[in-house]
Amino acid sequence: MAFLDHVAILQVAVPLLAAPLCVMLPGRHLPWALTLAVSWFTLVCSIVLLAEVSAGGSIAYHLGNWPPPIGIEYRVDAINALVLLVVSGISAVALPYARRSVEHEIEPDRHGLFYTAYLLCLTGLLGVTITGDAFNIFVFLEISSLSTYVLVAAGARLDRRALSAAYTYLVLGTVGATFFVLGVGLLYMVTGTLNIADLAERLPPLAESRVVQAAFAFVVAGMGLKLAMFPLHTWLPNAYAYAPSLVTVFLAATATKVSVYVLLRFVYTVFGHEFAFIEPVLAWLVLPLAVIAMLAGSVVAIHQDNLKRMFAWSSIAQIGYMMLGLALASASGLTATVLHLFNHALMKGALFMALGGVMLRIGAVSLASVRGLASEMPWTFAALVIGGLSLIGVPGTVGFVSKWYLILAAIEKGWWLLALLIVAASLLAVIYVWKLVEAAYLQPAPQDRERVRDMPPDMLIPLWVLALANIWFGIDAGLTTSVAGTVVNAFLGGGS
Amino acid sequence: MPEAITEHYNYWLVIFLLMAGLFVTITSGNLVKKIVGLNVFQTAVFLFYISLAKLEGGTAPILTGEPERFSNPLPHVLILTAIVVGVATTALGLALVVRIRETYGSIEEAGLQEADRQDELRAAAEQGR
Repeated sequence: MAFLDHVAILQVAVPLLAAPLCVMLPGRHLPWALTLAVSWFTLVCSIVLLAEVSAGGSIAYHLGNWPPPIGIEYRVDAINALVLLVVSGISAVALPYARRSVEHEIEPDRHGLFYTAYLLCLTGLLGVTITGDAFNIFVFLEISSLSTYVLVAAGARLDRRALSAAYTYLVLGTVGATFFVLGVGLLYMVTGTLNIADLAERLPPLAESRVVQAAFAFVVAGMGLKLAMFPLHTWLPNAYAYAPSLVTVFLAATATKVSVYVLLRFVYTVFGHEFAFIEPVLAWLVLPLAVIAMLAGSVVAIHQDNLKRMFAWSSIAQIGYMMLGLALASASGLTATVLHLFNHALMKGALFMALGGVMLRIGAVSLASVRGLASEMPWTFAALVIGGLSLIGVPGTVGFVSKWYLILAAIEKGWWLLALLIVAASLLAVIYVWKLVEAAYLQPAPQDRERVRDMPPDMLIPLWVLALANIWFGIDAGLTTSVAGTVVNAFLGGGS
Repeated sequence: MPEAITEHYNYWLVIFLLMAGLFVTITSGNLVKKIVGLNVFQTAVFLFYISLAKLEGGTAPILTGEPERFSNPLPHVLILTAIVVGVATTALGLALVVRIRETYGSIEEAGLQEADRQDELRAAAEQGR
């Protein structure tokens, strides 16, 4: 069938073409409706793709029918099908929620432009994930990054600090992307190809080459900046804290995950983790940094008053978990990374959506402003608690599944101290989640604050879809673990 | 060792520009100068891609039938894309600087951080009431 043959390209082309259309749509509702339709379409595409590759195969799509070394190839296997599902799924769930939130936070005459930037961001993230061409990754990365800077800056109507946050993000993001493209250039220099599958074939004999080693360093540093690997995370807390609620939901759940995917792809597919020079980098650089991120991110989160910034710091800690799994380079470690990539999107999506609801009703998301709010917005805060429990890793939530695999990976290596540190970081999460719960449930509401109603149903339903997904995939982890298993086999098994 | 420098002087230039651009981006306190630094940094990468495509005596890759040496056209095309990305980044960065100037009244990083800190304190004071 024609549709099925071209799903891979439609996934990216439809949001890309919808973006300029969206600029021309008048009013506030049409741009939103178009973005919603496109998001749902991409979700259908990624479900189709995941269904086709979950057994372990891969789909290759040649752009313009040019065969790979000449043309650009889109290649979908289990890992990027999963990331595509995360990106398009979060977007599809967040868009029904978006309408009111965006009406509240964005100037009425700029909705068309806002949704255009959003569509471009979606295009970029999907493109980075699906493409099988190293330079193409850079191009899509910049499409998504540039539109992200615009989206973050759109928060300036509520708080001017969004502008300085967007500027910092722009400078650091550009440095990161430029490092990445420099790394890709070095790889092209020695291999003469940009196709990821070709690179993977041609690199092993060149493992001793200084150029290849430099390329690896540039790619890791560049992607480290983009995915906010400690200590390259400084752009993240303010960008998440001052961006409009929808943008924070979408970015926190997807943008860093896509960068984690690119790093996974380069470390495990392009270079291959058994390269002599990569193992020490993982063990002596990425692993300690991941542990520091886990602990430091959680400690700083405890001391935050702004709740969005609190969960932004918690994201840095959670990225630490993902990097830890990646650095352990074992089957359980990688399973943990892949699972956490998916699971963290569910938790942070739910948490930031709930905070967006608080923003809508109260206009501020600090610990002080949510005092006593749980009795007025019971559904919102119940979902917030579920997200928080999942963040901590309580059994029965998705957070438990990925942390379980991570601790398993540490114990398999016999590193008990590491396993203890993972548990300690989870306990730190208990503290900051408890601070929020205590303020919302146990403290009395301030006298001078007006009573508010709970979020409207069109915002509550998406929130609860994500909150229940946190529980669903925590109890029935079959789907996610089987995909993760396929991914791990591809990374550690037959591939070089 | 001198040959390593003279034969590959273009790469040394690239390294110098990379470092100079990154240095300005990190150390300059002026937001516009940071963008300029970023530009130099990106330009160094353009130069790098172009140099690796160049062959001594190579011409444009037009097939004339005679045995000829061609420069590799692919990096040139890639860099056209990268230049577009660079222009977009610069434009967006400068647009942000304009907005920052309008709202903060300063384009110095120090002034910005001070203003952000004041905002923070004011927000804390309001909640403490």
